[in-house]
Amino acid sequence: MKSRAKKITVRYFAMFREHAGVDAETLTLEAETAADVFGATRDRHGSAEPSGHCKVAINDEMADWNSPVADGDTVLLFPPVAGG
Amino acid sequence: MLTMTTVVICPEELRDSLIDPGAGAYCAFEGWVRNENEGHDVLRLEYEAYEPLAIREGEAILDEARQRFSLLHAHCVHRTGLLEIGDCAVWVGVSAPHRDEAFLACRYIIDQLKVRLPIWKKEHYVDGHSGWVNCERCARHAHG
Repeated sequence: MKSRAKKITVRYFAMFREHAGVDAETLTLEAETAADVFGATRDRHGSAEPSGHCKVAINDEMADWNSPVADGDTVLLFPPVAGG
Repeated sequence: MLTMTTVVICPEELRDSLIDPGAGAYCAFEGWVRNENEGHDVLRLEYEAYEPLAIREGEAILDEARQRFSLLHAHCVHRTGLLEIGDCAVWVGVSAPHRDEAFLACRYIIDQLKVRLPIWKKEHYVDGHSGWVNCERCARHAHG
């Protein structure tokens, strides 16, 4: 079944924000999962980072790359962390 | 409790928050800004965090440590913003009835913080360049 386009707000942090040139943007995507959103933003902004090194949150809850996304969700893309 | 701050961390004051009549041991870790990383001379560091989730994830780590190591108290403070060489970037402190639990818990907390908190570190080098730590592949920009 073909997925319907969804409005997804994507928030970028650290290196991802520098690549995107914006803190956040709302995209219309045919995305089923967080991984689909990440893939779309990589195509759009050109990062080569594999998702395995990154983390994702949906609506301020930590999520997995295979977590589903819904119309109106905010997806937060976290590049590799380096606290401490 | 995990706190994010943009001002200087004072370990002496933080230590007092862990005092407890049942505590026989106190253990703390301070992470300092170093002047070198992987062959680069570092001038200063810039920390960025997504605070809502950093605090929530940090609290979860402290709860895990309290349960695993029977701690009396556990507390962590992490700096954000621009830090100079020698500044304290992160402080972890715990108190426990005995030293073994205190040492192990302190180690557990800092190790987990480094891999789980949404915090990023940009190194500014003496030669004028800069780079995000752990993010070499991010830098391979498709347009660049």
